Amino acid sequence: MLAYIIRRILILIPTLLGVSIIVFLMLHLTPGDPAELLLGERATEEALEELRVHLGLKEPLHVQYGMFLKRLMKGDLGETIWTRQKVWIEVKQRFPATIELAVVALCISCFFGMIFGIISATKQYSIFDYVSMVGALAGVSMPIFWLGLVFMIIFSLNLGWLPLSGRLSTGVDLEVITNFYILDAILTRNWPAFRDAVWHIIMPAVTLSTIPMAIVARMTRSAMLEVLRQDYIKTAKAKGLSRFKVIFKHALRNALIPVVTTIGLQFGVALGGAILTETIFAWPGVGKWMYDAVMQRDYMVIQGGTLFIAALFVVINLCVDVLYAIINPRISVQ
Amino acid sequence: MKEEKQNKNPHDRHPMLEQLSQLWRNKTAVIGLFIITIFFLTAIFAPALSPHNPLETSLYDQLKPPAWYEGGSTKNILGTDDLGRDTLSRIIYGARVSLIVSMVSVGLAFVCGTLLGSIAGYYKGARDSIIMRIMDMILAFPYLLLAIVVVAYLGPSLQNAMVAIGITYIPRFARIVRGSVLEECEKDYVMAARSIGARHLRIIFLAILPNCMGPLIVQTTLSMASAILDAAALSFLGLGAQPPTPEWGAMIARSRGLILRASWVMTFPGIAILLAVLGFNLLGDGLRDALDPRLRD
Repeated sequence: MLAYIIRRILILIPTLLGVSIIVFLMLHLTPGDPAELLLGERATEEALEELRVHLGLKEPLHVQYGMFLKRLMKGDLGETIWTRQKVWIEVKQRFPATIELAVVALCISCFFGMIFGIISATKQYSIFDYVSMVGALAGVSMPIFWLGLVFMIIFSLNLGWLPLSGRLSTGVDLEVITNFYILDAILTRNWPAFRDAVWHIIMPAVTLSTIPMAIVARMTRSAMLEVLRQDYIKTAKAKGLSRFKVIFKHALRNALIPVVTTIGLQFGVALGGAILTETIFAWPGVGKWMYDAVMQRDYMVIQGGTLFIAALFVVINLCVDVLYAIINPRISVQ
Repeated sequence: MKEEKQNKNPHDRHPMLEQLSQLWRNKTAVIGLFIITIFFLTAIFAPALSPHNPLETSLYDQLKPPAWYEGGSTKNILGTDDLGRDTLSRIIYGARVSLIVSMVSVGLAFVCGTLLGSIAGYYKGARDSIIMRIMDMILAFPYLLLAIVVVAYLGPSLQNAMVAIGITYIPRFARIVRGSVLEECEKDYVMAARSIGARHLRIIFLAILPNCMGPLIVQTTLSMASAILDAAALSFLGLGAQPPTPEWGAMIARSRGLILRASWVMTFPGIAILLAVLGFNLLGDGLRDALDPRLRD
């Protein structure tokens, strides 16, 4: 097992290098002067010259890439055009909001997706099965930016149940420790802030969870159906185990194996979808920050944000692979 | 039992006919095909079907509600937007834009992915490693993020959105083709083609690839669905279709500021996206069952 984990971590290095090469090349393959692209049209000639020297833009491409990697190792992702802040500092400030949103969305999608999948599989061809699978198919086909707006109209504007946007209402005090607001509220035992943070996250998280939920439900259903046909399930039933035990203890454990991989992949979907969801709900995370950067053509931010999200995605995929090996020991032997 | 009666010896039928009849028996696939056909017909006959010019603004008809709302009229059945443009006409023309974008981007991914995948699978060795590592690099990015970033660098436009979506979809095709080609290469007919001295390109394109079509067709259909979604998302973010192009995602983006006053403006383009994507997903699922049982989830 340990050898497998080490091997997987070693594969991480070329993948991360690949990500950095793509991000590096994107800037250099774009028509125009990279320095001007990075600093914007209003930059002075001195500033441009300074950046050209700093990035080594007059050197050959491979030397430039080497310098780029060196800066990355030092955590130097450059400065934003508009706020003149270090990109890395801004990423650090914003990523907890994105992770919080993605994690809550994934929890919602796993919980409901698996429940729908399990019930559908155990009651195959029932009305529930048909309805939930049609629902899942609609979920996979859903434009989430539209769904978010529909939720806003229904739950905020018409019913007034949930707040329209943001992470916390104005006037609610919260001592920020980790920047994960829900966690901070629990740590400081600030229950009004906890309730407010949860209230704010419901709509964006449910919106973001739609597609992953549908995919998890479909995957769980088919994996469960496959497992429920196996002989050992018949044996478990024959020896008189309760239906609950057969489903949750015997069937689900094996059905979970493909589902875990799917859930891991959904994290990527959630990170990509976060740009849309955060933009709609004015959620101050990396996604909205990148959207603003795209609109303002702030390429330092686009570069830094892309690197960060891609690296996060790669690391999460690694964790999923390791988790997969833990649940399914046959993998590490192979 | 019924089918057996109709066709006493099913082994006599061409496998393609068998798959087609299987597809026809699959209700979801038929529904999907029906929805897609309607969208294609709408796109082709848009000028004849749309009651108004989708770009024509009308000062007197701004934010008219749909016909069944109070104050609505049959002149604009689905209402109008803030510039008085007819929503129904824009949705009808939007079908053109969405289908063209998805066909071009998926076509690009199909051609590049198939070429790269077959080179990797057929020649193996260093070429395989290099191509597949590049594919892995692209796969290391969440799809939508990569598409957004590519458009951000190339500049916002519908053409660039197509290129961006196409690039992000290449690995899915390359992986499937490589896998199928690797499998097919071991079979006797490839050996036979080699032994009679057929050239590599001939073996790949005339012998191997036709046998890998099943999973490729399924992937193409499912990719069409996600391409429509992604193109709409890019346009919603202002990175795809530019005004005044009637594009569903851009229509929703424009109506964002109006949700308090006129929620119908955003309702119908969203339903159009949902239905079009659903159609391709239904057909893709049905095709998968009919053409490639191994891929069934």
